[in-house]
Amino acid sequence: MKRWLAWGLVGPATLAVLVFLIAPVAATFATTFIDPRGPFAPYVSYFASAFRRTVLFRTLEIAVITTIISVIVGFLTAYVIARAPRRAKGLLIMAAVFPLLTGVVVRSFAWLIILGKNGILNSTLLALHIIPAPLSMLYTEGSVIVAMVYLFVPLMILTLVGVLESIPEDLLQASTSLGATPAATMRQVILPLATPGLIVGAVLVFTGSFTSYATPQLLGGEQQMMMGTLLYQQAMVTFDWTLASTIAVIMVVLTIAIVIAMSALARRLNPVAA
Amino acid sequence: MNARINPLLVGFAALVMIFLVAPLIIIIGASLSDTTFLTFPPRGLTLRWFENIFAVDAFRSTMVTSFQLGVFGTLLSLLVGIPTAYALNRFRIALPRWLGTVYVLPVLIPEIVLGFSLMKSMIIGLGVPYFPGLLIGHALLVLPYAVRVVSASLASFDFSIEEAAISLGSHPLKTFFTVVLPNIRSGVIAAFILAFITSINDVSVSLFLTGPGVSTLPIQILAYMDQFFDPTVASVSVLLMLVTVVVMAGVEATLGLTFLTK
Repeated sequence: MKRWLAWGLVGPATLAVLVFLIAPVAATFATTFIDPRGPFAPYVSYFASAFRRTVLFRTLEIAVITTIISVIVGFLTAYVIARAPRRAKGLLIMAAVFPLLTGVVVRSFAWLIILGKNGILNSTLLALHIIPAPLSMLYTEGSVIVAMVYLFVPLMILTLVGVLESIPEDLLQASTSLGATPAATMRQVILPLATPGLIVGAVLVFTGSFTSYATPQLLGGEQQMMMGTLLYQQAMVTFDWTLASTIAVIMVVLTIAIVIAMSALARRLNPVAA
Repeated sequence: MNARINPLLVGFAALVMIFLVAPLIIIIGASLSDTTFLTFPPRGLTLRWFENIFAVDAFRSTMVTSFQLGVFGTLLSLLVGIPTAYALNRFRIALPRWLGTVYVLPVLIPEIVLGFSLMKSMIIGLGVPYFPGLLIGHALLVLPYAVRVVSASLASFDFSIEEAAISLGSHPLKTFFTVVLPNIRSGVIAAFILAFITSINDVSVSLFLTGPGVSTLPIQILAYMDQFFDPTVASVSVLLMLVTVVVMAGVEATLGLTFLTK
């Protein structure tokens, strides 16, 4: 009776996920394996193109750099926020939440105004006579990375503030009173305890930047095509759905592989917490 | 944690805060500029770019569509998500442990893959019209919020209150609405707010599910920027930031902003 009721209650949501997520994504996977040219042919053809290999490596590179910068910047900032006096803490958390709840399009668009040919950065540098002529900063890997770091630092901060706050004050005092320098306390006490949070945050940033569309579309353009923009182009401009599906599968598989690898890493680094 | 911190570190955190907030202030400035191109600091002040939003048909209609998707998509996901969250907490032993993961799948699968796959199987395969397709896509996208945020508040709900009401003769369904639901109200409101803002801001799922005459505001912004580089987009962005302010106030009033750090 109870079992029947329980399944009845979870039924509609489960069915919705099955019909509208699992089945369509499975169909996308299937397209790439029942190709008339033979199984795996779409993958062979994907990697046969130097351009498409470049897109994959560029996407990986941008995602890795974005993740590393966001983790470091986010951790240091969260560390300060976690130790800030209560009133300041509220304000600082608000400053991180506001961009997080503002859309990707709006936040990427801001960097068009800042980094453009007539943008604020160029006009400032010109006015200060640091550069003789405006620099072309848009449509470079750097502009995509800056905008992505901007996108993901708030997420990293919010993930880590809670983790750092939960470290008991006594523990830090004990470490100090036993003669540890601040650097040793950081390395031997705080970092190991923050590792699970760091890993969760890094996974979110990596998967988010690896699969992003709006930011590379606006700040990378054709020159800095990433997997997301390539998928869209193949699906909606070239209408090569087999290739688009192949890109989709590569994205899913790599995302899941990274999630699994990172959680394994978390278990090794911190067997107790994981 | 409250010990002394290195002043260098405090300075660094201050710079990060400026990095986070300045771009949004620059958008506000650019939206007021009396020039036909985007620039900051603004040259001359005008509100005509805000008027221009409403003069462009595509902005007006996509704003309505985005709002409808945000409200109805979220309601749809709560309609199936609340019973799911309830069952996952109340009948934990009767259900397999992995089941909870199923409802997080919309987060695990890259949004752009979900959008592309839905387009192929729903819009092209089954001939579903654009608006219902978008509605399904958005409801699916926000389902994880509905299930997880409501679950979080059910986790601290004492189910013995519900049992007491039922053993005293209250009908189980009536008990749910008069005893359980009022106790998890703030969780439901917070789930609604977070789901709504996610839906309003979505790009990657909507991208594939829009078609002739049916689009969402973020997709329309991207399309507009392909052709024009005037401050209209900055003023639309300011309107979207006002929505963010309302949403933040809503989260603060229900679960508190610190909920987002958990």
